[in-house]
Amino acid sequence: MGYPYPPDEKETVVLSQYFGDEGARSYQGWVKRGGYQALEAALAMEPGAVTDVVKASGLRGRGGAGFPTGLKWSFMPKDSGKDHYLVCNADESEPGTFKDREIMRWTPHGLIEGCAIAAYAIGAECCYVYIRGEFTEPLAIMAKAVAEAYANGVLGEKLLGTGPRLEMIIHRGAGAYICGEETGLMNSLEGRRGNPRIKPPFPAQAGVFGLPTTVNNVETLAAVPHIINRGADWYQGICLGNEKSTGTKLYSVCGHVQKPGNYELAMGTPLEELIFDMAGGMPPGRTLKAVIPGGSSVPIMDAEDVKGCLLDYEGVVERGSMLGSGGVIVMDDSTDMVYQIYRLTRFYAHESCAQCTQCREGTAWTVKILERILGGHGKESDLDLLLDLADNMTGTTICVLSDSCAAPVVSGIAKFRSEFDAYLSGARPPALAAH
Amino acid sequence: MSTAGASASETSYQPVFTGETMAALETLFERYPTKQACMLPALWMVQEARGWISERAMAEVAEVIGVTPAYVKGVVTFYTMYHTHPVGRNVIQVCTTTPCSLCGAEAVLRTILQETGCEELGRTSTDGRFTVQEVECLGACGFATPILVNDDFIESVTPERVAGLLEGYK
Repeated sequence: MGYPYPPDEKETVVLSQYFGDEGARSYQGWVKRGGYQALEAALAMEPGAVTDVVKASGLRGRGGAGFPTGLKWSFMPKDSGKDHYLVCNADESEPGTFKDREIMRWTPHGLIEGCAIAAYAIGAECCYVYIRGEFTEPLAIMAKAVAEAYANGVLGEKLLGTGPRLEMIIHRGAGAYICGEETGLMNSLEGRRGNPRIKPPFPAQAGVFGLPTTVNNVETLAAVPHIINRGADWYQGICLGNEKSTGTKLYSVCGHVQKPGNYELAMGTPLEELIFDMAGGMPPGRTLKAVIPGGSSVPIMDAEDVKGCLLDYEGVVERGSMLGSGGVIVMDDSTDMVYQIYRLTRFYAHESCAQCTQCREGTAWTVKILERILGGHGKESDLDLLLDLADNMTGTTICVLSDSCAAPVVSGIAKFRSEFDAYLSGARPPALAAH
Repeated sequence: MSTAGASASETSYQPVFTGETMAALETLFERYPTKQACMLPALWMVQEARGWISERAMAEVAEVIGVTPAYVKGVVTFYTMYHTHPVGRNVIQVCTTTPCSLCGAEAVLRTILQETGCEELGRTSTDGRFTVQEVECLGACGFATPILVNDDFIESVTPERVAGLLEGYK
């Protein structure tokens, strides 16, 4: 549902069915709502068959990359004799995204069930749930739910009393965006700085503690019990656009809309319906200027790009951006694009782990140039310098944080150049104290 | 760390990891394949007990985890939520990243700095009651502006709400 609002008739409510329903939080409440039946059904299957169902459903990673989930699971070695790990990535920190938080707050047992099914499929006897440190409420709710799951024989020596062993451990982050990147997360979990690792080796070969690991996003794992319960065909059938994108997706809508919140849509729903119908459109008298559709790391769309755009992995790419994590940041005509792009780059400069030169220097330099422009001291050559920097920051580093900082700069200059020019020519008064 | 530079409180350092706290850490050790994986939890325990993580405390964590003090310092300074200096009785984190900025987060931050008497980011108010930090995305963008006061996550804060909210924190 469009939490905190009642569900819109255009939503396809699956994961968000119990958002706002406090009764769904407890073990008893979850069981009453049909919980843990999917885990029971999965345990009656061979682990490989569970993976096959998820493969056939077309489920793709909801954290941002959109990699096919079943395929990822199938990369885990068979009969390696090594311990396997499942890591649930609950480090939700992509600006614009706040969906995993609601999944954990309202349906913690749904996530535990999804983790348990995934762990069974990949042969993991241990699952770490890495939750960002600032999420104090989801941390407390998840910790309570995990304790309940142990007390009721779901987790522990035998899954649901019959299956293999599964330990589940909640691990609290401590404030670092980059720990949402799966290899940075693994380093953080090991008690290190959260610097991303060079791939290969991929996590399935050598992940956390050097052992085979699968890292899945909260929303991805929360979808798994529904797929087991209702079948791959049902999930694959939830598709209004491209058949490569199936199922439902939670969109977090924020910024200049009248009803910000989470909306769950069938893949292929028009972006305009989400912004103007469900989220209530702009405040009165305002018009749409720009949208960042997939969390802050994807290119900015202008109002023209939004027209006719279908929300699925392929549809958003066709319009020059990416679906990412589904964090939809809406900006109306009152927005100072140069300032907001500057604000975004400040985020990335702050969050750079400083491991790669292009990122450490590039993000900080980008901020300095934009401060100069906003301070009324920009030079004519600054836009070319920004684009040159962005070019050097794209595809040259261990992870994509640097690329993510470059994306709004490049798309921002391409689509809103006149706003930059207004600062450069002095037509617009400085927005920041001169640096 | 030179002894000469140590503050009075550090020369009379009382270890954190004794009794129940040490027992809690030892229970955690059993849940991970390496001791080092308990680094972040151990640092949280220190901050819980002392309010911040001093260099002497980092050395203690190094000892119980089995790494060097320099390594622990490298980890502590990587994460924004660990305090490496003493802070006020209440720490306020204010999100001003793009989605919140669009909805007026800078005005919320200014009001909080004024109302707490902190005036500047990172500085503790003279009565020791508050420290205010500007933070990047708190992950509640649809409920702008979110702030975190100690462990209380508060949504939809506006400049008008600030004074009333702060009353609850002495």
